[in-house]
This record gives sequence, C-alpha cells and structure tokens, in this order.
Amino acid sequence: MRAFNYSKTRAAGDAVMTVSGQPEAKFIAGGTTLVDLMRINVETPAQVVDINALPLKTIQALPGGGVRIGALARMSEVAEHPLIVQGFPAVSQALLLSASPQLRNKASIGGNLMQRTRCPYFRDTALPCNKREPGSGCSAIGGENRMLAILGTSENCIATNAGDMAVSMSALDAVVRIRGPKGDRTVNLVDFYVVPGSTPNIETVLQHGELILAIDLPAAPHAARSHYLKVRDRASYEFAVTSAAVGLDVQGSTIRSARVALGGVGTKPWRSKEAEAALVGRPATEATFVAAAQIALSGAKPRSQNAFKIPLAQRTLVKALRTLAGGGS
Amino acid sequence: MSPAVGQPIPRKEGRAKVTGRARFAAEYPIRGVVHAIPVLSTISRGRISSIDTAAAQAAPGVLAVLTHLNAPKLPYRPFERPLETSTRVGVFFKPLRDDVIRFNRQYVAVVVATTLEQAEAAAALVRVSYAPLRAISSFEEGLSAAHQPREKGSRGLPYQRGDPELAFAAAAVRVDQRYTIPTEHHNPLETHATIAVWNGNQLTLYDKSQWVKGVQQHAALAFGIPYDQVRVLSPFVGGAFGSALRPWAHIDLAAMAAQVVKRPVKLSLTREAMYGTTGFRPETRMRVRLGANASGTLTAVMHEAWGQTSTYEEYTENTLDATRLMYAVPNLSTVPRLVPMHVSTPQYMRGPGEATGMFALETALDELAVALRMDPVALRIKNEPLADPESKLPWSLRSYVQTMQLGAERFGWARRTPAVGSMKDGGLLIGMGMAGATYPALRFPTSARIRMNLSGSVTVLSAATDIGPGTYTSMAQVAADAVGLDVALVNVELADSKLPYAHAQGASALFASLSPAVREAGRQLARQLAARAVADQRSPLYGLKAETLTAVNGGLSGAGKRESYAALMARSDAPLEVHLTSAPPMSAPKQSTHCFGSHFVEVSVDPDVLEVRVRRVVSAFGVGRVVNPRTAHSQAVGGIIGGIGMALHEQTHTDPRYGRIMNANLSEYLIPVHADVPPIEAVYLDEVDYAIGPLGAKGLGELPIVGVAAAISNAVYHATGKRVRDLPITIEKLL
Ligand SMILES: Cc1cc2nc3c(=O)[nH]c(=O)nc-3n(C[C@H](O)[C@H](O)[C@H](O)COP(=O)(O)OP(=O)(O)OC[C@H]3O[C@@H](n4cnc5c(N)ncnc54)[C@H](O)[C@@H]3O)c2cc1C
Ligand code: SF4
Repeated sequence: MRAFNYSKTRAAGDAVMTVSGQPEAKFIAGGTTLVDLMRINVETPAQVVDINALPLKTIQALPGGGVRIGALARMSEVAEHPLIVQGFPAVSQALLLSASPQLRNKASIGGNLMQRTRCPYFRDTALPCNKREPGSGCSAIGGENRMLAILGTSENCIATNAGDMAVSMSALDAVVRIRGPKGDRTVNLVDFYVVPGSTPNIETVLQHGELILAIDLPAAPHAARSHYLKVRDRASYEFAVTSAAVGLDVQGSTIRSARVALGGVGTKPWRSKEAEAALVGRPATEATFVAAAQIALSGAKPRSQNAFKIPLAQRTLVKALRTLAGGGS
Repeated sequence: MSPAVGQPIPRKEGRAKVTGRARFAAEYPIRGVVHAIPVLSTISRGRISSIDTAAAQAAPGVLAVLTHLNAPKLPYRPFERPLETSTRVGVFFKPLRDDVIRFNRQYVAVVVATTLEQAEAAAALVRVSYAPLRAISSFEEGLSAAHQPREKGSRGLPYQRGDPELAFAAAAVRVDQRYTIPTEHHNPLETHATIAVWNGNQLTLYDKSQWVKGVQQHAALAFGIPYDQVRVLSPFVGGAFGSALRPWAHIDLAAMAAQVVKRPVKLSLTREAMYGTTGFRPETRMRVRLGANASGTLTAVMHEAWGQTSTYEEYTENTLDATRLMYAVPNLSTVPRLVPMHVSTPQYMRGPGEATGMFALETALDELAVALRMDPVALRIKNEPLADPESKLPWSLRSYVQTMQLGAERFGWARRTPAVGSMKDGGLLIGMGMAGATYPALRFPTSARIRMNLSGSVTVLSAATDIGPGTYTSMAQVAADAVGLDVALVNVELADSKLPYAHAQGASALFASLSPAVREAGRQLARQLAARAVADQRSPLYGLKAETLTAVNGGLSGAGKRESYAALMARSDAPLEVHLTSAPPMSAPKQSTHCFGSHFVEVSVDPDVLEVRVRRVVSAFGVGRVVNPRTAHSQAVGGIIGGIGMALHEQTHTDPRYGRIMNANLSEYLIPVHADVPPIEAVYLDEVDYAIGPLGAKGLGELPIVGVAAAISNAVYHATGKRVRDLPITIEKLL
C-alpha cells in the first residue's frame, strides 16, 4: 500500500471541494472496496477523504410514496428498513444476498454503487488490464472469463459489474442525487453506469470530485411486487453468476407493467426494456416469460468460459418471473 | 474411576483459543521485531535479467532488501535422509540462490523494514525484469512429458495382479471413464508465518508447523549449525491440512533476514503468497476401467493416474493405493504417472492421494451399479475381500461393510428410490448418493517424557504438535489413565523442538505413534512411585509389595491403604521423570491395518438454475477405539466439510498463458461457508483394533474427507442424471 494523507470532513461541500481539487484524492465510506484495492496497489490515492461524518445516513419517505436513501446509510439498515421491505422487496433481497453481515454493516449505499469489478486481472497488477491501465490490453478475453460479462462488452473490456443492489435499483427506476463543484444534479441509475467501449477505465458518469448524496426510489405497483433472484456457486457470501431483478403488476391474468434487470451478465447492471416490452400486455404465463428471457439475452456475446451464462440467465429470469407471478416474493 | 480414554473431555486448550490467549506463530510479542515482506515473481519460467532495489532501499524504515545478488549463500548441508514429509526425488527450492525462475510467485526478493506497512510499501517499489522462457503451465502441455515417477515403492511403481486387460475385455458389464480433480490449495485460516530470532549462533523460530523437529533439522542444515542450536516452537496452529508438514522457504528467508539485519524478523505470508509457496493438492487426471459379471462380481479393475508435479522435485501421491485393497478383484492394475509443470511443488493435502483416487474409484463404482441396476451398497458388499488383496495379509479389523450398514440405517438409505430424478421436495430435485472411504492406519517411532510434579500433578512433554485434532486433550487422557489420576491434573506441553522427538502430525498417525510412548512412560512413572512409596517409612504403603499397588484416583493403594501422589511428592525434593521412546515392531507386519468408512449424502438440485446444495450427510467410521468423541466429532465434521468443498467449490484457476493463479485469495477461491454446511452426523462403530497400538485406536484425521466428493457426485447423478467426472460440480456442468 502506498502512503496517503487522510482527512475527515463534516460538510458535503467541503468533501467535494477537497477531492475535486486534488486529482489523486478519493472519498472513503465503508472502505470495503477501497481499502481492499489499496492493499493490492490497484487503487493508489494520495489522499483519502473520510465522508462518514456527513449527514447522509437517513432513509426517508418521499411525498408520493417513494423513498430517499442517504448515500451513507449502511447496506444492512437499508435491507431491513420497513419502507424498503414493503415498497421495494427486490432491493431488500438484493442487499441481503450481498456479501456478508459484517460487510453489510460496514458498507455504504454510495460506496456500493461505486464498487469495482471482480475481474481477476483488474486485481493483479502483474498482468495487462485496460480498465486498470488503459491501453495495456484485456487479459480476460483470452483467459479466465467464466464470471465475466456477456452483455455490453467491447473488445477492450468484458468486466462484469458485480453489484446486486444496483441491479435491483436499475430495474426499479432509481435516481442518483449528486453534488459536484458546480452544484447538484440527478441522474437515472440506468444512465449512471456506462458500458466500457474504448474507455473501460470510465465506469460511471460521475466526475472526479462529485459526491453521491442519495438515491431516490419511486413508488410503483411493480416495485411493491418485485423480486430478486441470485444464482451463485455457493450458498452465501459470493457474487452472482447470474441474477435477475423483476417487478410485475399483474391485473387479472394480464401483465400491466413489468421491470427486468439482469446481474452477473452485464458490464453494467443490465436493464432490459426489450424484455419488459415482451411482457407487458401479455398473460403471465411460462411461455411469456420464456419469450421475454430470450429477448433479454438476444445481444449476448459469450467468451471461452461463459457461454453457459446465456441459458442460465434466461432460466434465472424465467424462475424469478414465475416466482413473482405465482404470488411468492 | 472410569478411564479417561473414551470420554468426551473438552479441549484442554479450548478456553485459551476462544479467549485469544493461545499464541500463534505471528503473535509472539518479540522485543525489537522487524518485518519482512517477500517480493514474488510474476513469470513462471526464465531468469531475472535485472532487479532494481534502489527505490525500495531508500524508502522509509527499510533495513535491507535481499535478492539473489546480495543474499547470504546459506550452506544447506545435505540431509542424511530426506525428511519424511518432503519429496524423495529432486532438490527442494532454495530461495534467493540464483536468478532462475522455476514457478510463478517464487521469491525474488525480501524487503525488511521497521514496520509492516513500511515493508509492504517498499516491496511494491522493487522492480524486477525477466528474460522469460516458455513455461509449461497447462496440464495438457505437461502431459507430453508425462513419465513414471522415479520414486519407488507403492506409490511410484506400476502394479498388476492377474490379467486385467483380458478380464476387462471379457467382462459382461464395463465402465471406462476419465475423472479429474483440479489443483486445490489448503487455505488454512491462519496464514503461514515465522518469527526468527538469533541469539549469537542460537536460532529460535516461532513457526506454523505440523512438525517442529522437521523444521529444526531443516534450519540447522540450511544454516550449517548443530541441531541443538535451533529451537522451533509451534504450540498452536490455526489449521494446516498438510501445508505445514514440510519446512518451506519462507523459514529460510526469515532466518536469513534476521541474520542480515541483526534483529528478530517476522515474516507473515499473505494469502496470495501462500498460493505460490506452501503447496497444493496436485491436479490429477485418472482413467478407471471396471469390469464385472452380470451379478456384480468385479472381474477387472484398471486405474491410471496422471498427477501434477514441479520441475525441480517429484511429488508422488498414494493416489492408487486404496484401489488395490478396496475390493476383491483378481485382475487389477494401477499405473501412476507424473506431469511436470512450472509450478511449485505440490504438498500433502488432507487425505492426500486417497481423497483423489477414491473420488474416481467410488464414482466409477456408482456408474457400475447403475449399469448393473444394482444398489451401490449391495455392489460394494458383494465385492468385499476377506484378506488384503494386495499384501494377502489378514485384516487386523476391516469394518467397511459394517460402516455401510450402520450409515445406511442412520441415513434411511432404504427410502431411496433408485430411478434418476425420482425424488423431489417441493420444486427441488433430490438425490441420494454414497461412497466408501479408507485410509491406512500408520504408526511411527515417537518419544515422550512424563513428569510427576511436586504438587502431585503430571506433565506430559513431547515435540508433537496439535494442529487441531486434540492432541493436548487426548494425551492428557492417556496419561491420566496410565498414571491413575484425573485428566484435570494432567498438563500437556507440546510443539517445542527441545522436547522429546515426535513424528509429524500427519497421515493420521500421531495419536497411534505418541500414545504408546505416553502410556508406557506413565505406567513406568506409577511403578517408580510405587517403588518409592513401599521403600519409604513415612509412607502408609511402607513395606507393601510394589507390584501389588494400584495407581488410581490420584494416588497408590493396596492392602486397604492409600497414599496420594501429592502426599508422596511432598516428601520429595525433585519431580520424577520418565522418558521413553516407543516404536512399532520392526518385524514385517502380520496384518493389514486400515481404517474404513462410508458416506451417505442427500443433495438438492434446483431444476431451473441448477444450484446444488448438500442437505445432509451421515458418515460412519470404523477407526478402532474413539479416544474422545468430542474432538473426534470435530475431526470428522471438518473432513466432511472439506469433502463438500472438494465436490462443489474448490478449484485453483491458472491462466495458462501466464502460468499465474488468478484466484489467489479467499474471495475467488471458493470454500464452503456456513450456509453450505448441512447437518452432519458422524457415527462410529463400537470397535477396538490393537494391531497398531495398545489403546486399540487407529486414526481419524485423513479418513473423513476420503470419498465425500464421490458420494456427492453420485447423489447429483441420482437427482439429475448428469454424471460429473471432473470436480468441482459447478452449474455449467449440469446445464
Ligand atoms: C468479500 C466481499 C464480498 C462482497 N460480496 C458482494 C456481493 O455479493 N454483492 C455485492 O453487491 N457486493 C459485494 N461486495 C461489495 C460491497 O458491497 C462493496 O464493497 C461495498 O458496498 C462498498 O461500500 P463502501 O462504503 O465500503 O465503499 P468504499 O470502499 O468506502 O468506497 C468504494 C468507492 O466508492 C467511492 N465512494 C464511496 N462513497 C461515495 C459517495 N457517497 N459518492 C461518491 N463516491 C463514493 C469511494 O471513493 C470508492 O472509490 C463484496 C465485498 C467484499 C469485500
Ligand atoms: S475485462 Fe476489463 S477489467 Fe478484466 S482484464 Fe479485461 S479490461 Fe481488465
């Protein structure tokens, strides 16, 4: 680990000013991503600005039924908060299926959105990786890519966005509230993340020094009836091989509105509006779900070890939809 | 007073461990200790063309940067005999000796600094350039150079009885399949660590070790000093599973660095470094051919294995030993081969050899049972050998069939419906599978000292380690019974090389090796005390015949009289000690001594997303006397969990282009977490086997992992109809 300066701020504006004024500065919240990466010399900030004292911890109801989650609320609090459990079950489930209780107690919601890929080459400074060292090459394309993405990839990077919560929130139209040196702005979570293209080092639209203040979740029937299904190689404490966040509003036997996002397969949390279109107005049957799942994966580009993710993601999505339509959550 | 052996005595060191008072190697508070961090190679084969240490040297707190250019050339005196726990063929890796790179994550430098953080920061500043050579980093590439092991004996040589090719060709039912287990790493929770302290030419090593005497010998030869100038301590070990059986190069590095900086040096390996430097279970590919007649009698067995090894040493496992004795079959061959690769040398990992070979054999047997439409338990019972088919010796005690009967009953095997996919629970497919287990019962020469203290308590002393099986406790039990006092009054001191010689804690042999010495020393101690008492006018036992006294309840009694050890010792001015070495008989064995067991497993498989979860395990073991049901249980359950990992999770991933392990951490190298561990019931046959020791116990460390992976894979087949022959059983293999 490289030596670094540490400071703590109490006002969001100060935090933004400090970090935006210093190209090698970083915010730190729970530190569960940042410190890990600093220890293996993948992140080497010269300055670390502790934001834990900022007043961004509240989870509050918004007029109209939505919820605002402060960026410093911890994963465990959000997962168990009644407003989330009732209004956005997929978000609660995604959080409870993430990491371990200890990590969830420590990790913040803002940090969670900003977690880095688990691509093994990104974490090994001995080998080429375009995301870590632009232009050095992508080792994963011809190497260990079982866990990597099949959607939104480029010839420069196929790294999966490994987060669970962001998948559920992408499905449910979350909005990110941001403060920057030039003021505040909001970005829809689906637009917050960017695919790698030729610049895999850029993962979000967040500019250096911009601070996430909160995430807003808008209320909707398909949010109240939502579900997150995570498929993984062991029963707990493991990232998704595939996952699906789904929300359905079914009236009679017809789907009125639908939300679909996939995890474990995309370079960003993979919202599939195409799959949603294939669900809306159709009967909530297995045939509908299978058709939607096929559409959701239609653009997938498999690599040497991860072609199985295409059928698996389809099965994951179908099972999630079936569970929801069957009344379970 | 009922005997202590056989009682579920709580761990002697349990409280110290759970309250943090037990000190592990890296935790010794040594005044003035400084920190060493190794730099690891990033290529697998070639030479170091240049190494730039200037920035590291200049970094804050740095005391030394050692590379092959400036490291002291240690004398490395030759071994008279290789250490029992090391490989027998080849030259062990000597760190910072030359510019040659033999494997990835090899030590190329070591940075010593005042604090750990300074050492870590400076290590990242060392710049190494390489002239790489093409390395053999994939098994396929290595296969072209596969060869017979140079090691002789049961593991190294091909074996044949009868004419297996002919019998196989003529068999009514045949199985011919290939099975693979991947490279697996031990991953004990406690990482390897050594603190080296020089005091003049005396070297003290606080080390994570399963064999302090081996480390002592290694270090003495490496530094060219007499054995008695090296002291090694390893009183507590946080898991090892074989990785700490052999002295590794970081010990040399720590002691070398301490010599150079003239300060005590702590070298605690990172998890990542352990993937390069402290051994692994070798990737092994196998072919098994089974032939049987229509009623299920085996007529031919052929088992071949190709096991990964390094290029500088040959590591050969007992992969095929179990196959030769498991079942009665007149025509059988086993052929071992080695596949040299540019990796570090593999190392015994729990159930070494047997765990690998039995995965293949016991899966193949399940395939045969399916082909014969026979119950897998019945098939095994049908082929039960009356004597050891290889040595022709009678079994000392073979209770394989009894373990299957007991296990099947406790599991409810009779409720299993044999058709694939026929069992369901809610939306889940249920599968039930079983497999057998075996491991040899071994014993090696070992010494112990036992002391009656002035207070009337007893101390047992031995250089043996307790890496978790419960040696502190079991030896207290043995001593308590031998001397005739309560276990609470027995104190056990272990894992200091100054103490009497003990064999390594491995191969399930330590209890069988050490307990006879402790027992006999304890009995002699009681006899000497009796002789003292009857000769001492102040003793109530004065004048009685020593032979007529019994040692019981913390004292001696006879003819209605009694004197406690405390009273007896109160008149003494020095403790009384007995030192004793015990060895198995030198003559050729007259019996074949093995442990047996069987596992019964229920799995669920999600038919949509194909997640496999183990729902319950019942394992039955025949291991002779169970010395302590409580510590035995933790051994058994630990081994079975290791087997679950082997079946479903564990796999070291190497990128063959770079020869680099890509999941060198506990996040991406999966092992079972709590949620993967179902209810496990381990049951034991009520039996004693005196063939290898006077306590009638054999060994339980290695056995429980053997066969578990096959039982799980057989259960997955039963649930899904998919036969997975290469571990681990991951989702894509079931799609
Ligand atoms: C062993 C392990 C297992 C895990 N398993 C899972 C899993 O199964 N599923 C899953 O989804 N995640 C998993 N995670 C990831 C975990 O959820 C993230 O590490 C965590 O959410 C990050 O939050 P943090 O507060 O600790 O972030 P930090 O480490 O403090 O910060 C992470 C990044 O975000 C930036 N940042 C933090 N807060 C803000 C803010 N308010 N505005 C702008 N930038 C900010 C920091 O500068 C830094 O770059 C796992 C992590 C570990 C270590
Ligand atoms: S996939 Fe992306 S993160 Fe992984 S090696 Fe390629 S460029 Fe790096």
